[in-house]
Amino acid sequence: MNTQTLNPHTLTLPKALVTLLAGALFGFGLSLATMVQPEVVLSFLRFQDWGLMLVMGGAAGLALLAYKGFPRWFARPLLGGQFLTQPASWNRQTVIGSAIFGMGWGLSGVCPGPAIAALGTGNTDILWALAGIVLGGLAHGLTARD
Amino acid sequence: MTLIDTLFPLGWQHYLLGGLTIGAGVALLYLFNGWVGGMSTVFSSSWSFVLKRDFFRQDRFLNTRNWRLIYALGVVLGALVWRFALAGGEAQHTSVPAWQLLLGGFLVGYGARLGNGCTSGHGICGLGSLQLPSLGAVLTFMATAFMTANLLAITTKGLA
Repeated sequence: MNTQTLNPHTLTLPKALVTLLAGALFGFGLSLATMVQPEVVLSFLRFQDWGLMLVMGGAAGLALLAYKGFPRWFARPLLGGQFLTQPASWNRQTVIGSAIFGMGWGLSGVCPGPAIAALGTGNTDILWALAGIVLGGLAHGLTARD
Repeated sequence: MTLIDTLFPLGWQHYLLGGLTIGAGVALLYLFNGWVGGMSTVFSSSWSFVLKRDFFRQDRFLNTRNWRLIYALGVVLGALVWRFALAGGEAQHTSVPAWQLLLGGFLVGYGARLGNGCTSGHGICGLGSLQLPSLGAVLTFMATAFMTANLLAITTKGLA
């Protein structure tokens, strides 16, 4: 198969199934780690429980292995395409956006993953936060200049 | 009381195991599909289904909007499996007031999209690919989150 001509974004059925499973692991892990409970996140932010460090450390550690290891061990992803990268840039928007994100996170104890997972845990209270995030994303897009 | 009990009054195993499970999901998406699975982009890319505005019609959203929705659906399913397999099927609740959830959520959505990433995008995927800008983003949102959560704890009583 010529990988040059294969669009790395093409969504085949096998890729869709893997995506669903990957998301399920993500949502199950968030729930297992109690990150879906705003109280637990807020207790971390108030220095009462350092569990969130283990969650982020464990997840980032495995991600590090994946992002650095797989492109070395395999020529391309197992279902074709290419190993994409998503470069982050350091500029005013990153600083201001992250600062605003942190304020909202500290106020609600909810971030995007757990807000989505709340639909599965049945935590209808958190739908307030999910609605806020949906509207926040809209407000950003409507006012963005790029 | 040992140091472990002080740092992790509710135990530590479920945190590490949960974090590794999240990491396994991110790794799986990369191994099979080659995609970087941050969570907040779906809140921009999905608007392209209903809005014509140029911002939402960028390639980086149009190319990924389908799988990002499936990924989010997977998160819901994973949480649902946890609820019925490990949590007795009970719906969860939170005592955080609605106004904090709504206003906080709005800032989370706006800020994550302006800053191009959230706790998973910068915190897990960005740090996992050793990107310094992501480390800067994580330190920035941790700092403002610490400040906000503690200010709130001081100015209100009996919260969470």
